[in-house]
Amino acid sequence: MTKTPAFPRRAAIGLEVLLWASFALAPLLAPDHLLLLSQVAVLALFAISLDILIGHAGITSLGHAAFFGIGAYGASLLALNGWEEPLSGLFLSALAAGLAGLAMAPLVVRVHGLAQLMVTLALALLLHEGASRWRAVTGGDDGLAGFMIAPVFGVFEFDLFGVTAYGYALAVTAAGFLLARLIAASPFGFALAGLRQNPQRMAAIGTAGRARLTQAYAISAFLAGLAGALLAQTAQSVALESLSLQRSAEVLVILILGGVGSRYGALIGAVVYVAMRDWLAAMSPQYWMGWLGLVMILVVLLAPKGIVGITRALAARLAGPRRPRGEAPARARPGERAA
Amino acid sequence: MSGLPIVLFDGVVYGMLLFLMSVGLSVTLGLMGVVNLAHGSFAAMGGFASVVLTSRFGVPFLLALPVAAAVTALAGAVLERTLFRRLYRRSALDQVLFTVGMIYVWIALGTFVWGAGQQAVQLPVFLQGQVELPGGYAVGRYRAFLLLVGAAVALAIFLGIERTRFGARVRAAQGDRDMASGIGIRVDRLFAATFALGAALAGLGGALSIPVLGLDPTFPLKYLVFFLIVVCVGGPGTVLGSLVAALAIGIIDVAGKYYAPEIGGFVIYALVLLILFWRPNGIVARA
Repeated sequence: MTKTPAFPRRAAIGLEVLLWASFALAPLLAPDHLLLLSQVAVLALFAISLDILIGHAGITSLGHAAFFGIGAYGASLLALNGWEEPLSGLFLSALAAGLAGLAMAPLVVRVHGLAQLMVTLALALLLHEGASRWRAVTGGDDGLAGFMIAPVFGVFEFDLFGVTAYGYALAVTAAGFLLARLIAASPFGFALAGLRQNPQRMAAIGTAGRARLTQAYAISAFLAGLAGALLAQTAQSVALESLSLQRSAEVLVILILGGVGSRYGALIGAVVYVAMRDWLAAMSPQYWMGWLGLVMILVVLLAPKGIVGITRALAARLAGPRRPRGEAPARARPGERAA
Repeated sequence: MSGLPIVLFDGVVYGMLLFLMSVGLSVTLGLMGVVNLAHGSFAAMGGFASVVLTSRFGVPFLLALPVAAAVTALAGAVLERTLFRRLYRRSALDQVLFTVGMIYVWIALGTFVWGAGQQAVQLPVFLQGQVELPGGYAVGRYRAFLLLVGAAVALAIFLGIERTRFGARVRAAQGDRDMASGIGIRVDRLFAATFALGAALAGLGGALSIPVLGLDPTFPLKYLVFFLIVVCVGGPGTVLGSLVAALAIGIIDVAGKYYAPEIGGFVIYALVLLILFWRPNGIVARA
């Protein structure tokens, strides 16, 4: 893998401020699209959780919807049973997903490659099958709806226009973003990076590899559950679809479209994906999945590092020969393919 | 319909179809390391080819089968040279994304051309109805035919891999690609040929499966999980493993749906998890 050059630090901070400011101001610019914007926030958080697995821990998953679904059903069931306070409901549902991740991790971290894809897929399929059959609790194919969520902090009531829903979703997603960044910059995050790049060496210097990967899997499951619970609370319903293979594939697309290994990738990927889905579904409702497939193929062929990767390469080219101080020139070593 | 023998028979027939459709995936995965989740598209392609041949051009069913296989072989060779070869050195994740993208494109194309509905194929008279077996059991003629064809093809694959020069080359390239090209095997060409062969088998399986499994454009997605299970549980690259896994899955799935319909889906997934926990590289791991 070639290392893409990083932005100069000041430009990165500037871009980040701009990004969050535009998220925060979006309701003013597009007041009719608040529902869509909430979906962007939820999917961005979901993609951030998957990035911890793929971008940091090097665990591939075809079944991340499992935890999204647990969070979504958790929040719905809590609300249906009278627990209508949103923040605690959110936390408890995410905790349930995190514990589920902890329980499933031993199966996932001991296999690699195709078997890992299969194990994660089978776990998600099991849950999907379970939710589909256990109608008494999950509502089966109909999902769950018709519950109330109490006002956030007892003040901000969920309104028909989705103003509260968007603010709430954006705040939780921003918190998840910060958490993911803290984790990546922590000794734990560096241990994960080491395990991804050279497991043998990490074992040799005494890192408990499987324990670290198990923790990463549980944390990722927690954040995915948070995203699912957020969707259930803001939409005040949950569908069986939240556990489906399509949902797992969707979040993979978002992450790769944006760029793996960079939290901005998840955010940008979610924005582009939801915009694209909205546009394509309006244009050709019957075939939009086909267009999505075409985008997936093109991204892999032309932009394997996603939008963030392209932007970085462009920025590096624009910056010309001047490199950020203290950094080696980003040149592909012989035998490596340039991005 | 009475009891265990019929369940076993139906399970074995189902397993044979799964074997035909996924053995190509197993061999190409073992040989080239491409996680081709779109492999089921070749099966669907073979199915649609046979539908078009029989209903539009009046080709007899038995003749349509090899032609459908040839069509998918050609499509496989072309796609390998144009698209799949770009994936050989990419990560599993890229391969997954790319091939899932291909499934979506295929479903859209299939829906565009043939519509979203189920397709039917006209069976010749001698394959319709039931045939009486010793012991008083009556089984569908078509299923008996599937069993025979499946067994014959499975045998041909075994002999082809174990006894022919082509098979020896495939095994050599699977063992050590660089060494194989070092002793003069044209690995590039071998890959294309193997890929085409895998596609042909999938196409044949798809064409054969229409009367049993049905056919609509979502076929590649609907049976994706089963192909993956066959390959993972069997162990990528082993023909024997694929056969054992496919038969086991066929029998367990049919038996599960027959005896315990309310937990049918669970049995197979839970079993897959157990097997992969026990043997992460499949039941027949490559030497």
